[in-house]
Amino acid sequence: MSSELVTCKDLWLSYGTVTALSGVNLTLAAGRIVGLLGPNGSGKTTLIKLLNGLIQPTSGTVTIQGLTPGPKTKAQVSYLPDRPYFADWMKVGDMLDFFEDFYLDFRRDKAEEMCGRLGLKKNVRIRTLSKGTLEKLQLVLVMSRRSQLYLLDEPIAGVDPAARDFILRTILTNYNEDGTVLLSTHLISDVEQVLDEVVFLQEGHVILHDNVDAIREREGKSVDALFREKFRMGGQGGKDNVW
Amino acid sequence: MDFEIRDSRPIWQQLAQQLRQRIVTGVYPAGGRFPPVRELAAEAGVNPNTMQRALGQLEADGLLITNRTLGRSVTEEVQVLEGMRRQLAQERVEEYFADMKTLGYSRGEAAALVEEGRRGENEQ
Repeated sequence: MSSELVTCKDLWLSYGTVTALSGVNLTLAAGRIVGLLGPNGSGKTTLIKLLNGLIQPTSGTVTIQGLTPGPKTKAQVSYLPDRPYFADWMKVGDMLDFFEDFYLDFRRDKAEEMCGRLGLKKNVRIRTLSKGTLEKLQLVLVMSRRSQLYLLDEPIAGVDPAARDFILRTILTNYNEDGTVLLSTHLISDVEQVLDEVVFLQEGHVILHDNVDAIREREGKSVDALFREKFRMGGQGGKDNVW
Repeated sequence: MDFEIRDSRPIWQQLAQQLRQRIVTGVYPAGGRFPPVRELAAEAGVNPNTMQRALGQLEADGLLITNRTLGRSVTEEVQVLEGMRRQLAQERVEEYFADMKTLGYSRGEAAALVEEGRRGENEQ
């Protein structure tokens, strides 16, 4: 099908003796907002890094629009890492220049407008920004690209509810409608209503992949409630604790 | 009146219900233009596909009319609007009875309590 954007086939990844992904099969269609959900250590970040070409699979394949992650896919994939990655001596304006230089699909006018709404001046140094403001700035830059795939690793972790609201609205109003957003989080109740579908990861396996409303219809409970149930009661296997 | 996603029912159903309420109470007047999906989705903070599904339901209800060139508008048919207003009222009555049942009141007793409340109001 031409609407398939992401395909993972029997994807395995081991870090030495630790297996992070154990045979993941996953297809994501274009034009969707997808939640990648799972407890800490379930493989969310690993999967996102594989889609981004930052690490290579131990076995199996991952493709984006039929291509193995590399320079060609990176031009169409917008990535928000799970930790700050901007050089702290740079200024907000430097970051805008940097993104404009680097990505053909960067919409500078959009980024400037959103920075304006956040009250972020171009001559402010990254170092002086609070954690929440820095996360918002990173998200603004990432969402200002017109990409096929947005990979957002924990975009709402560690920020206050108002910042969370800003971030979710920024995602909703700026993503490319023909593209797909894959967003990892463990704060499900906050994001449930922005998602089309969810992927539950547990110990490197995909244990559920379905539409949010299909789950609500079938289970008679929210995805958040289902998640709590699966990972409280289903997590008795010894490996569940990452330490 | 803000959109609220409060319970475990499918999100599109909760949106559809709140939009029906807005239509029958004239927030979106009869015959008037209806806001575009993306605008409503942004207002509610929900996925546009989910809002689209809610609007599909309102079209099936006959509350919204889709015109290829002009977009969506609210129906002008008073009968349809009045019928929906009645349906929403009946749903709340059923909710009331169900709630009273948890307190141990029969439907007759619950109805008598409503009547008592109405008389009390008249006396004030």
